Amino acid sequence: MIDFSIILAGFGGQGILSAGKFAAEAALYEGKEVSWFPSYGPEMRGGTANCSVVISDEPIGSPVVNDADVVICCNQPSMEKFEASIKPGGYLIVDTGMIKIKATRTDINVIELDASGIADEFGAMAYGPISMLGCLSKATGCFSRESFEKSLYEVLPERRHKMIPGNLAAFDKGAAAV
Amino acid sequence: MAQKRLLMKGNEVIAEAAIRAGCRNYFGYPITPQTEVMHYMAKKMVQIGGNFVQAESELAAINMVYGAASAGFRAMTSSSSPGISLKQEGISYIAGAELPAVVVNIVRAGPGLGGILPAQGDYFQATKGGGHGDYRNIVIAPASVQELYELTVEAFNLADKYRNLVMILGDGTLGQMMEPVAFRDEEPIVTYEKPWATNGRGYNDDGSYKREHNTITSIYIDPDVLEVKNNELQAKYELIRQNEVRYEAIGLEDAEIVITAFSTCSRISRNVIRQAAELGIKVGMIRPITLWPFPTQAIADAAAMPNVKAFLDVELNAGQMIEDVKLAVNGAKPVYFHGRLGGNLPTQKEILDKIVAIHEGGKV
Repeated sequence: MIDFSIILAGFGGQGILSAGKFAAEAALYEGKEVSWFPSYGPEMRGGTANCSVVISDEPIGSPVVNDADVVICCNQPSMEKFEASIKPGGYLIVDTGMIKIKATRTDINVIELDASGIADEFGAMAYGPISMLGCLSKATGCFSRESFEKSLYEVLPERRHKMIPGNLAAFDKGAAAV
Repeated sequence: MAQKRLLMKGNEVIAEAAIRAGCRNYFGYPITPQTEVMHYMAKKMVQIGGNFVQAESELAAINMVYGAASAGFRAMTSSSSPGISLKQEGISYIAGAELPAVVVNIVRAGPGLGGILPAQGDYFQATKGGGHGDYRNIVIAPASVQELYELTVEAFNLADKYRNLVMILGDGTLGQMMEPVAFRDEEPIVTYEKPWATNGRGYNDDGSYKREHNTITSIYIDPDVLEVKNNELQAKYELIRQNEVRYEAIGLEDAEIVITAFSTCSRISRNVIRQAAELGIKVGMIRPITLWPFPTQAIADAAAMPNVKAFLDVELNAGQMIEDVKLAVNGAKPVYFHGRLGGNLPTQKEILDKIVAIHEGGKV
């Protein structure tokens, strides 16, 4: 795997940047080279937020992703911005609870998931992007469920470890949709 | 023994490295994209009994570094481009007073307030002076989060060794990105005696002072005295030139085209080398790790190799390091350029296209 690149995009506060960290941490656990890069441009709370994650067997060149293997979109502005950034044959993972438009590209794989519905069901917004990581893992194999579980323990502070079963359940629901 | 790899942000790793290197004095003022250095210091210095001051301005922060360094302590400040411009007066004074200090510049796009995204437009400022007078800073350009750690520790050793300011020149990419870092169990801290420090004269039993008082100054009104002082500085800089040049050379032995790039651009170029090889084009790279002292000889040697036909310099500016590359190549081979401005990064494809164009006819 060389420079497998993922863009995660949505609203600020939706848990996008954290989901990216879980993905990077999971791949790190598998011995990969990883990078995580936030959009730190002129953006604000409630505005759009995105981050790039690169996973590779080789040292990573640019952590900034222009052509992504996978784009995870958690709101409509993100889809409008990043659908064009997917490599042919790549994946677009769409939160259909938030995004009412359809993907226009025919040369990519589109995975639709009501991630915000899953978030509502589990009672916190952050479970939405987590369920989409389940799609990512199942569809591309860029990291395993076991590594994701490990990353939860690495990233979440101990007082939040009670949330791990919920995160895993959301992840499994996403994986089951693929 | 190497510890396990942790996923950390570049800016936080700089702060952690400084603390591991024995720095207990940090003075700063917030500015994107380096503010996480401050955040980390604010949290950690309290826990370990160090000094953290959010100064009232960049000017104050650099002069607090001057004070702490005068007293013999390891001290650091960090900022990003506009803030580093404000610190230049203090940097010149630190050079004049020969104080060891570490200054971190996580460069953003300029000029003026510019933008907050990554750039390398401060190369001239960092390596050619920035402040007034004939002086040199040691300038180190890490290319990964792991190097931010190792080279920040090294920066404190070099500062003490030469009583000189060492600048870590990063950019917004390095500062903001998370990458794995493995910390060592023990840091290779070199302790230098500082008999010049203004840290108290002490008393003998009879009430007399133990020694004459030390003076830290950069003012020498007598031109002959100042000329001697300047010659001493220049002799020191020559010693640094001889001893401290660091660079990485990749694939020069059969390279047709040699890329020169530092930090973020060297990372992207490393992947281009692999892509070019798939097209049958042999590309090598010289990556300066110290921007001053510059690896002039290494580049001159590469320019003299018969297999090397051309150089391609890649930077996040309009062409700054390329002037040093051209001085080293000294007309022996053509030197081409690819740069991006405003906070944008070059893509691998852009650089590869340039390589192909050079390879096909030397015209770009």
